[in-house]
Amino acid sequence: MNRTARPWLAKAIINGLLLGSAALAVLPLLWMLSASLMAPGEASSLPPRLLPAHASLDNYRALFGQAGMGRYLLNSLLVAGAITLLSLACNVAAGYAFAKLRFGGRERLFRGLLGALLIPAQVAMLPLFLLLKYLGLVNSYAGVIAPGMATVFGIFLVRQYARSVPDELLEAARIDGAGELRIFMQIVLPLLRPIVATLAIFSFLTAWNDFMWPLIVLTGQEHYTLPIALASLSREHWQDTELMMAGSVVTVLPVLLLFLAMQRYYLAGLMLGSVKG
Amino acid sequence: MNPPRAAWLFLMPALLVLGLFFVLPVLAALLLSFTDYDLYALADPRNLRFVALDNYWGLLQRPLFWSALGHTCYFVAVGVPLSMAASLGTALLLNSPLARGQAFFRTALFAPVVTTVVAVALIWRYLFNTKYGLVNEALAGFGIHPVDWLGDPHWAMPTIILFAVWKNFGYNMIILLAGLQAIPPELYEAARIDGASALRQFRHITLPMLRPTLLMVSILSVSGYFQLFAEPYVMTEGGPLQSTESVLYLMYDEGFKWWNLGSASAVAFLLFVVMFAVTALMLRLGRRGDAAEVQP
Repeated sequence: MNRTARPWLAKAIINGLLLGSAALAVLPLLWMLSASLMAPGEASSLPPRLLPAHASLDNYRALFGQAGMGRYLLNSLLVAGAITLLSLACNVAAGYAFAKLRFGGRERLFRGLLGALLIPAQVAMLPLFLLLKYLGLVNSYAGVIAPGMATVFGIFLVRQYARSVPDELLEAARIDGAGELRIFMQIVLPLLRPIVATLAIFSFLTAWNDFMWPLIVLTGQEHYTLPIALASLSREHWQDTELMMAGSVVTVLPVLLLFLAMQRYYLAGLMLGSVKG
Repeated sequence: MNPPRAAWLFLMPALLVLGLFFVLPVLAALLLSFTDYDLYALADPRNLRFVALDNYWGLLQRPLFWSALGHTCYFVAVGVPLSMAASLGTALLLNSPLARGQAFFRTALFAPVVTTVVAVALIWRYLFNTKYGLVNEALAGFGIHPVDWLGDPHWAMPTIILFAVWKNFGYNMIILLAGLQAIPPELYEAARIDGASALRQFRHITLPMLRPTLLMVSILSVSGYFQLFAEPYVMTEGGPLQSTESVLYLMYDEGFKWWNLGSASAVAFLLFVVMFAVTALMLRLGRRGDAAEVQP
């Protein structure tokens, strides 16, 4: 039997499978949104409901009014924003140096950094906690931010991209007497703009979604980021399905929207990061 | 300012951060794992004693460590192949010339990757609820009796694996899709002229060409899946009957619940050793496969 005799069948199967898998990927998120708009108890009625009888924002009001969600949202924005800005500064400068500036031991140092990627971050967490305790930074924003201020992955990503900056351009500027800092700020940075955008969204999403380290270093509620607050709320309000789903929406929606808006940069970075250097 | 000095100035902030908050703590963790650092030492460092390999011997004799390692290996051994299959399957669908609306489907399939583990794990907890969950409700339509997904020690880990596959497959899907798009179309054309079926084209063109990418993403997935923590923390709290307690969960409890930081550091290093051994083995087997292919 010749396959090509039935192109419509192959087309229907492929698109049907795509539709089915996309539905599986997205439906849990849609259910979260729907349940967050239901009245208390509605999501756990029998038979289960898919859509709210009367959609209302009461759960969100309760979250921001009584559960202090506004505070956690601001904490998350502050922590993820600070990590993004600081790590961009460190990673872009270092990535550029590894790609374009000559110095003794460059390759060895870079390979050493890549080797460090093999060590899971959790190995460092116990002494890091002690270090921050002696520095008085446990249960502070700085304690969450500090270890995220530079990443090997970010340096690697910038280096990969910065290698395409033409050396002639830098040499010409040096001959004209421009200092290294000026060359970096005025010539290199504008050329690196796409990778800076990519790295910014990567860093923000990673910092926003991070769980284990904030859970360890934040010992008091007042500094909780959204994931930590949500995990703690869920142990207290387990029965309140609708309230918890509203909390999940508040946590997930900002990053989902950011991803939708900056998708192009995010996916480009994902491919660049996966290329063996 | 000459370039070498400028280079070090550009590197300085990043190296300081990585040195102080990563390299130094990793070395300290190794030292810590040879001590009995606990709550008493936390209060007064003079209580600290050097115990050589006692922490490691102690762990290797504890059933809890072995069961945590077993659960983690189960999660990796089942989760990574399932995850890779989902990634490859969806990448092939997206890459098919017959597919419509690729950009839309790609975004939809990728969406779970950018979400927050804690938030979406909560969704799954409710969807897989025994009594009110939509999953059991849907299965009831097929006449299947309700399953106690997260309350039954036999089902809890499979449910967490399903969750992890759903959450993560989109990441490798994008990388594999890029790999598929890089395969020269002439290869398929030549195969079609020779009358090769779609299945043969997949086996003799797609898979060999995709091999390096497949090897790389599976190694990265294995090391990612070994770091199982947030999923059981939110979905099962390590239960029921500790059936979802992972190695990192053990490290967290040991270190930050019981404050046995020496022993917890030993847990972290043992995990590192296991991960290193498994990924090195995969790399070796993968490379040997490449060499075998070159031979006639």
